[in-house]
Amino acid sequence: MLEVDGRFFVLLMSNGILIGLMYSLIALGFVLVYKATDAINFAQGEFVMIAGFVVAVCLVAYGAPLWLAVSAGLLGMVGFGFGLERVMLRRLIGRPIIAVVMATIGLAAILRGVGPLTWGAETKPLALPISDEPFIVGPLFIPPIQLLGASVSLVFLGVFGWFFLKSRKGIAMRAVADSQQVAMAMGINVERYFALAWAMTGVVSALGGVIWGSMLGVDVHLSLVGFKVFPVVILGGLDSIPGAILGGLIVGVVENVAAGYVDPYVGGGTKDFAPYVLMILALMIRPYGIFGKKIIERV
Amino acid sequence: MIHRECGVLKTTYEADMALYPLPIARWTVAALAVLFLLVLPFSVHEYYLSIVNLVAIAVVGALGLNILVGYTGQISIGHGAFMSVGAYTAANFAVRLGAPFWLALPLGGVMAAIIGAIVGIPSLRIKGLYLAIATLAGQLIIEWTINHVTWISGGVQASIEMPRPSFLGLTIASQREMYFFLMFFVVAALVGTLNLMRSRIGRAFIAIRDHDIAAEIIGINIFRYKLLAFAISSFYAGVTGVLYTYYLGIANYEQFQITVSIDYLAMIIIGGLGSVLGSVFGAIFVTLLPIAIRYAMEALGGLVFSQASVLNIIPNLRLILFGALIIFFLVVEPEGLNRLWRNIRNYFRVWPFAY
Repeated sequence: MLEVDGRFFVLLMSNGILIGLMYSLIALGFVLVYKATDAINFAQGEFVMIAGFVVAVCLVAYGAPLWLAVSAGLLGMVGFGFGLERVMLRRLIGRPIIAVVMATIGLAAILRGVGPLTWGAETKPLALPISDEPFIVGPLFIPPIQLLGASVSLVFLGVFGWFFLKSRKGIAMRAVADSQQVAMAMGINVERYFALAWAMTGVVSALGGVIWGSMLGVDVHLSLVGFKVFPVVILGGLDSIPGAILGGLIVGVVENVAAGYVDPYVGGGTKDFAPYVLMILALMIRPYGIFGKKIIERV
Repeated sequence: MIHRECGVLKTTYEADMALYPLPIARWTVAALAVLFLLVLPFSVHEYYLSIVNLVAIAVVGALGLNILVGYTGQISIGHGAFMSVGAYTAANFAVRLGAPFWLALPLGGVMAAIIGAIVGIPSLRIKGLYLAIATLAGQLIIEWTINHVTWISGGVQASIEMPRPSFLGLTIASQREMYFFLMFFVVAALVGTLNLMRSRIGRAFIAIRDHDIAAEIIGINIFRYKLLAFAISSFYAGVTGVLYTYYLGIANYEQFQITVSIDYLAMIIIGGLGSVLGSVFGAIFVTLLPIAIRYAMEALGGLVFSQASVLNIIPNLRLILFGALIIFFLVVEPEGLNRLWRNIRNYFRVWPFAY
């Protein structure tokens, strides 16, 4: 018998919201690239994993202080983003979507192999100087790492929202996304903005790697976070930053509530499954997401 | 398929539609038949034959996926799951009702076709990336369902032991017998795909790939043909799943996870999208790659690395090479091994003269 317990429900909701905001951070990396370059990154989870590896190895193996390790992660991922755009994605501009999807799937395979090969397969701790003791506020039960993750997400979502709406570079990037040819004709260096978009994804992935890595530990399974990106971006719309927040919140809440109420009956795994069911339903009703733009196609 | 001369010098429709454009093509097919049906199975050790069998199973699956991705232009990251649908359907029929393979196998294929068509329904409204993610969702949902519904998966391990296929009182036990069993389906899949692409349906698929709105305007029923493409392709996938289950002797969902879907996509990209011969090349290449890496590392890896690290290196090296090859072919040779083969053939056609 399903008994609705108010406290339990609120607890699931609050955890879902925090986790959801952390999903939004990773989804933001995906949206940034898609918005600017129309490229689809199936390796987003692997980006997060690699960033986590870099930071964890700096901390554990080299004993670097935290600020140095995080900066190394950030710089490494920015460089990686630039390099990747130059070596791989620039050559795929104008090719069918399947080609880009498959290329990033291939990239994901490479990263999943390179990570454990270079730094070892065992799980590495990524300790942040915050306590493990959860805050208990009334019925809520909040682990500090989730609170930190959610705040970082909100800050970055705000920063990137401002960037796209107000800054010169952000407006140029939107122009590139809208039409590459017209942007070129207006004197925008399209390739530079592509590289910038990938570098920005690198920044977001590095932060995602630090936060998710410190929550789950760093090994190859960290890349599975990437699977959560797709329901988030489909629900919110592929090219919308507010959509990424909303999608993340929906996915976080739905998976927590579903796991809380359904898991005892089916024996686990609802967390990975419920967001995709929701996503399929959303695709049937609104194929372009809640905030996504509808594309009118002409022959 | 194998031999063509330069120039189109045909003057009748009969000549244009002929199955063998040149006499030498007929001889090539005959020679290949002798090689694969008489020479190979009786001259090769059972262990190597088991690898050939793996390739044969992969050929069927790659052909099916190529019909959908290469010919119709719809992407699917859910083929591993369609294979598991076929595998579990056949296993349930074989174990519970004692169905022989010639009944269980098509039933598995049909079930996969139905599920594939259902997963393909979103393709009517969405395409490209959205479709890729929808089929990915299909993969995860089917995987979860099979894993959690014990009525389908038969117990805690989610695996069903499969009886050996038998035909006319002859039970297929050795790898050599399995080879002939599988060869039948490989030939059927090859001929089926080649014929399909020469038919009205195949032409409609290609039109949809090239531009679906334009195809609709010239009178192709997109709804029907897109679902048909998903159904046919999933039928092949279901049959592949059943064959693999017979090969292993057990139906297990771990053999059909998302990595399998990606392996098959890699096969058709490395082999060549929209090409039958390419599917075969890709299946051979992707199946043999991990085996070759393992051999090479076991033979040479010990010289450089310690034994423990060799065990760590093998799976990771496989992933890296695999991803690198996908990217290499996408960037450098989008038409895959099939194109390389054509280039080689064209070079040697008038060799040693330049033209």
